[in-house]
Amino acid sequence: MSTTSTEPTQAQLSDRARDERRLGWKLAGPAFVIMVLVTFYPILQAVWTSLFNYRLTNPGGREFVFLRNYQIILTDPLWWQAFGATTLITVVTVVVELVLGFFIALAMEKVIRGRGPLRTIVLIPYSIITVVSAFSWFYAFATDTGFIDPLLNKLTFGMFPADFDWFGGFWSAMVPICVSEIWKTTPFMSLLLLAGLTQIDGAMEEAAIVDGATWGERLRRVILPNMKSQIMVALLFRTLDAFRIFDNIFIMTGGSNGTSSLSLVAYNQTISRTEVGLGSAVSVLLFCCVVIIAVVFVKGFRVDLARGRK
Amino acid sequence: MNREISPAKQFWQLVATIAIIVYTVIPLLWIVNMSLKPTADRADGKFWAHHPTLENYELIFAGGAKDLFLPALLNSVLVTMIATLIAVILATFCAYAIARLDFPGKRLILGTALTVSFFPVISLVTPLFDLWRRIHLFDTIPGLILPYLVLTLPLSIWTLSAFFQQIPWEMEQAAQVDGATSWEAFRKVIVPLAAPGVFTTAIIAFFTAWNDFVFAISLTSDNARTVPAALAFFTGASQFESPTGAICAAGVVVTIPVVVLVLIFQRRIVSGLTSGAVKG
Repeated sequence: MSTTSTEPTQAQLSDRARDERRLGWKLAGPAFVIMVLVTFYPILQAVWTSLFNYRLTNPGGREFVFLRNYQIILTDPLWWQAFGATTLITVVTVVVELVLGFFIALAMEKVIRGRGPLRTIVLIPYSIITVVSAFSWFYAFATDTGFIDPLLNKLTFGMFPADFDWFGGFWSAMVPICVSEIWKTTPFMSLLLLAGLTQIDGAMEEAAIVDGATWGERLRRVILPNMKSQIMVALLFRTLDAFRIFDNIFIMTGGSNGTSSLSLVAYNQTISRTEVGLGSAVSVLLFCCVVIIAVVFVKGFRVDLARGRK
Repeated sequence: MNREISPAKQFWQLVATIAIIVYTVIPLLWIVNMSLKPTADRADGKFWAHHPTLENYELIFAGGAKDLFLPALLNSVLVTMIATLIAVILATFCAYAIARLDFPGKRLILGTALTVSFFPVISLVTPLFDLWRRIHLFDTIPGLILPYLVLTLPLSIWTLSAFFQQIPWEMEQAAQVDGATSWEAFRKVIVPLAAPGVFTTAIIAFFTAWNDFVFAISLTSDNARTVPAALAFFTGASQFESPTGAICAAGVVVTIPVVVLVLIFQRRIVSGLTSGAVKG
């Protein structure tokens, strides 16, 4: 990044350097300031508000309660239920996406005929609004409008009930929620993995083939180790993204049967119940979860984002 | 890549290709079919619409759902376009500085952009909801554009920095040797070279803002509601009996232009998405 040219004299260097410095901040400043203002200010505000018992409909009753809100939340089974559901969705979707995304990436790299259309079509889920994807899958799984129940019924020769209510229970509702999330975001995962795949030195794989390595051995010894950093970056991105899941659940179940995610809990406290104090506390806790995940990835798994993303 | 492939291998590649294509297009085909089904056929349990009709589209463009859908569409287009424009302009300056100039704080800016892109957006909603109500930005177009910059700026900065680092240095230096200032070198040499990257970034930023749901349902009520939020409230707050057909038709209307855009600029988008995220 810093291929500065060799300057002729000392005086000119400092002059130009100062100029460059000023221009640098002039150009980068506005974007930086907006990012900081619109994210860090609200999060600090949320930390502050979370210490109050504050309801929008009753601004006069605002009172300082210190950590009471956190105590209320962390002893409420609703929070832990949502925490469990969010974690479950995150783990299931990210694992499935990793495997599925890897095979799609492999196909995109290996397939000779039809590679162009394949790479194009894989972007379709990415370009569809999450809410629309949620509705599409919702109507596909719904008992009245759906085609999935009749299809499963036919495929199992009537063993699967033709009017199975997917949204009637926690575990069954998780299926459409995860399916929609996986469908929508796997392309992004596979593109990140494809970028890693194409960087692998072809000669190394050739050598492994010559040495008689099976496909499984090549995968374990050559392909995966060589794209490890891309895999970790993709995992980090998707984990943080999945942990914030909101749209799919809001559309499909609205959080019924314990399917609420943490984001949904925060939304309901703030917007539906106007409990800004409690909602802020939930937001802060959610933010902390995201920070912990990021730290675990970066420190624990040594994801080098600077190198991975430069 | 000129190696001969055996017929068996060819066969499996074909199977994989078809499987992936089916996987990707089914939900899209499904919602298109749903939008074409007349009300009577909606619960027939079939995938294809056997008696296709445009009545659902009539409903959202001229019928009972018109007043819900059309203003939302206009809001979506307005908010997304303006947010994209602002984000791309600011990010272009910022990324240029990062890729080309030597100044302290570069890592700080990139680090901030990365951190911001990891922010759980819902955490911003509570404080913004409170603040926006007090300063009268709630349910307004600017009240949505500002938070949308949070979504679009970081990814624009990363994507553009990656693009800009691939642009040949010498051209700019040559211009400076010829007497151009840093600013002139930027405007006359780099901008034309950078245009494709800027364009790609704009598309990606546009998708991100177009897709937003969290801000849209939290920070608007009637006036500034965008399409994703309006779709969600078709269900509750509608005057017509069953919103299913209208939702599907509206979903298709907002999806098709974007899908077409993606299909046209596929190659660019792939390189933009991956260079912004991982580049070795």
